[in-house]
Amino acid sequence: MTATAERPAPEVGKDRRRKEDQRLITGRTHWTDNITLPGMLHLAMVRSPFAHAKIVSIDTAAAQAATNVVAVFTGKDLGEEQGVNANAWPITTEQVTPNHQPMPAERVAFAGEIVAVVVARTAAEARDAAELVDVEYDELPAALDLRESAEDKVLAHPELGTNKTAFWQLDSAAQGSGGDVEEAIAEARANGIVIEREFRQQRLIPAFMEPRSTVVDPTGEQITMWSATQIPHILRFLLAATTGVPESKIRVIAPDVGGGFGGKLQSTPEEWITWFVARRLGKPCKYTETRSESLVSAHHGRDQWQKLTLAATKEGRVTGLKVDLLADLGAYIGVVGGGVPVLGAWMFNAIYKFDAYQFNCTPVLTNKAWVDAYRGAGRPEATFGIERMMDELAVELGKDPLEVREMNWIKHDEFPFTTVAGMTYDSGNYEAATAKAKEMFGYDELRAEQRARREAGDPVQLGIGISTFTEMCGLAPSRVLGSLNYGAGGWEHATVRMLPTGKVEVITGASAHGQGHETAFSQIVADRLGVPFEDVEILHGDTQVSHKGLDTYGSRSLVVGGEALVLAADKVIERAKPLAAHLLEANVDDLEFSEGRFSVRGTDQGIGITDVALAAFASHNYPEGMEPGIDAEATYDPVNFSFPHGTHLCAMEIDTETGRATMRKYVCVDDIGNIINPLIVSGQVHGGLMQGIAQALFEEAVYDDAGTLVSGSFVDYLLPTAADTISFDIDHTTSPSTTNTLGTKGVGEAGTIASTPAVVNAVLDAIRQFGVEDILMPCTPERVWKAIHTSAPKGGETEGAAMPHFDESEPGQSSTEGAGA
Amino acid sequence: MTKISLTVDGTQVSDDVEPRMLLVQYLREKLGKTGTVIGCDTSNCGACTVHLDGRSVKSCNVLAVQADGHEVTTIEGLAHDGDLHPVQEAFRECHGLQCGFCTPGMIMQSVDLLNDNPHPSEEEVRVGLEGNLCRCTGYHNIVKSVLYAAEHSSEKAGAQ
Repeated sequence: MTATAERPAPEVGKDRRRKEDQRLITGRTHWTDNITLPGMLHLAMVRSPFAHAKIVSIDTAAAQAATNVVAVFTGKDLGEEQGVNANAWPITTEQVTPNHQPMPAERVAFAGEIVAVVVARTAAEARDAAELVDVEYDELPAALDLRESAEDKVLAHPELGTNKTAFWQLDSAAQGSGGDVEEAIAEARANGIVIEREFRQQRLIPAFMEPRSTVVDPTGEQITMWSATQIPHILRFLLAATTGVPESKIRVIAPDVGGGFGGKLQSTPEEWITWFVARRLGKPCKYTETRSESLVSAHHGRDQWQKLTLAATKEGRVTGLKVDLLADLGAYIGVVGGGVPVLGAWMFNAIYKFDAYQFNCTPVLTNKAWVDAYRGAGRPEATFGIERMMDELAVELGKDPLEVREMNWIKHDEFPFTTVAGMTYDSGNYEAATAKAKEMFGYDELRAEQRARREAGDPVQLGIGISTFTEMCGLAPSRVLGSLNYGAGGWEHATVRMLPTGKVEVITGASAHGQGHETAFSQIVADRLGVPFEDVEILHGDTQVSHKGLDTYGSRSLVVGGEALVLAADKVIERAKPLAAHLLEANVDDLEFSEGRFSVRGTDQGIGITDVALAAFASHNYPEGMEPGIDAEATYDPVNFSFPHGTHLCAMEIDTETGRATMRKYVCVDDIGNIINPLIVSGQVHGGLMQGIAQALFEEAVYDDAGTLVSGSFVDYLLPTAADTISFDIDHTTSPSTTNTLGTKGVGEAGTIASTPAVVNAVLDAIRQFGVEDILMPCTPERVWKAIHTSAPKGGETEGAAMPHFDESEPGQSSTEGAGA
Repeated sequence: MTKISLTVDGTQVSDDVEPRMLLVQYLREKLGKTGTVIGCDTSNCGACTVHLDGRSVKSCNVLAVQADGHEVTTIEGLAHDGDLHPVQEAFRECHGLQCGFCTPGMIMQSVDLLNDNPHPSEEEVRVGLEGNLCRCTGYHNIVKSVLYAAEHSSEKAGAQ
């Protein structure tokens, strides 16, 4: 193959259509639940209807005797052999961590916890027999309310003696990155402005579209697990570490995975139980959850109370911020666990220059589903808190909220900038993003319309909401993780294999589940090696192919995994060079590599890298002492986090007569550094925005006073539909990252992190005129109406109960009805 | 067990099924038509949408026995002779999918929508897709895909 004379346009930056799509739009997919193996058995779980109870007895006789049932196991049968679901990030060395057995034998700690598993020849027979398992429970008082649980009134796990898992603090004075926050607040009380607010981050459910599914095949030398997971490599490590099976005997495969959003960043009881049953019975086993099971037992997200104290001068310059967080972890501490709220520690100060800062966080156990990473993980909560506070400050000052932000933000010529929290932001330009967003939005015109509607007493009022966010992503520099007591590193791995036919196989340790890695990574490698985009194949998600990796979460795949690709590709070029020189009968030092071709400087002699790959394959002719082969692998450890930012502007129309909040316009200008594929980026932004908007307007996981999730189906947990939403106006400014070679910043979580406060600020901006000072999320029509027309503070708290049934004589009125039957 | 005979993606099939078996279970478990997927258990998500005699149905809401004697088209039967259906093509062109799990249902519903209304407005597309949930795209590019399909190939999109 010879290089063309014309310089091809670089792949990076092209809006390539995705390589993944052909199979996905034709149904030629590999979802875990599609897998059928010879003799495969099916699992159905028996789950506790009680939030907290002792297991008195379990009668499995009827289930055992049912048609085609092969086995029934309880927690006693599984014992120690089942392993544990581990927490990888104890945030302090003294963290109080409940033992998390996948199937407990003695006591259940949340409604939905598994107490028995039925194994049968078909899924339907397993489900039928599961209904025959008779469990006797002795109900215990349940810790449900977050604030009450923080007072240890009722214990989620009595043997621990407390619900408080840890206390984690970042103090700018103590760590030397800023002043004393109490002094700043005292000074502001005397001579400036102090704003104190309490915000609620309601509990959300990631609600990936593909329900979780696991298949375990124990036949053969390696035990193979297919799972709908974001983290095949971490899963493999944790299976080995907690079940005693040598890691070398374990193969984990994440095939096509239907979304995750952090919800599949977990080691789950369902995976561990399927693993146990398959090994015990020696037959392949499958478990696929129902949507309702997914909602009650897969981990939830957010769920915080935030107490914020902001100190400012009379002019509006913020001098200090104090954050007190209570974070609900639910019944168990998941893989990231208390690390999720702690990630907010570096983000409450956001894009601003504060003199003093303090972050205090207490993660609390309750008898509800566990809480762990959900898109943004700690950073949406922080961004909501500070962006709501900046609006409150603007109201207090009677100034435009953008003006107040500008007064406080880091200027573009101040980068790199070390914040009061101690993070060093490499690059950014808040002025540029804001100017562009204002223009796209028609900020001044919409403000004029808002005034006109107010003056006219229009029943539909207009509100404008702002969020000038930044976030830290690209998890993460390994040394930093080590200093935070995290159980692993934050590097990523890649291998580039040069095939003799000229094709290139690239193996990444990142594990895509909708992000488009196969496309974007192909673009990066195509440019680096000078080979056609179509000739690059990206392999991932199978630990036997991708032997080393740390998977996909925290907007890390491109900014960490992409850099590993660059390193590996550059190594291939370096390894190919001596062989190219040998074949060209030239000196290595006289070779240069460009667009896929080694040429001898000053001559027209050259050879393509794919021809070198073929020569390496044949190995008929290579230099003495050279190892025949040019494949290479690399591990990249990031030197810093990634700090994308952006300005988001939202216009909401509020019907004051019905309380309905309708989105009129949403504009965002995100600065995510250099863009590999603008089409994929747009998709990430749109989807991210929607999840943040959904928190503001639609979603909430609600428990009743018995600890039952009453929003436990898609009838009750309100995901937005196409009809509830609008098309967005998105654009970018570009401040390339200075800490990686591609100049990229993460984008996967940005939209979700930014959008929630923009929407809520807009809703409040429309209804403050009616004396409304704050409103809880989600801003449902009922809540908005109550906020305007009643004295219910913040529009009234969510009622912890199921929506009433129309006919009270109908069954299904009680959430624990049928328990134990 | 009840014997049913039907046409799926152009092929005659016949099986004994339990009367309670859902059409989606029949497609996936008996026929291996795993392109059609199950996303919920309350008929909210629409991931399992197929065509029954040319109209979209949620196949979790149809019993296999109800499909007896009828014609079913799944996402796997939409492309012909290697040519993608214009709506499939539009979803790829406009990046109307990310993880792809809702996509089979979303495409089947979009085809039905365009059969009914070959030139929908954005609002009509949004309302027409209300029964199909997506968690990745924020619907932005899905709506764009349907409008693109309508604009670029309305004559073909109308054909089955």
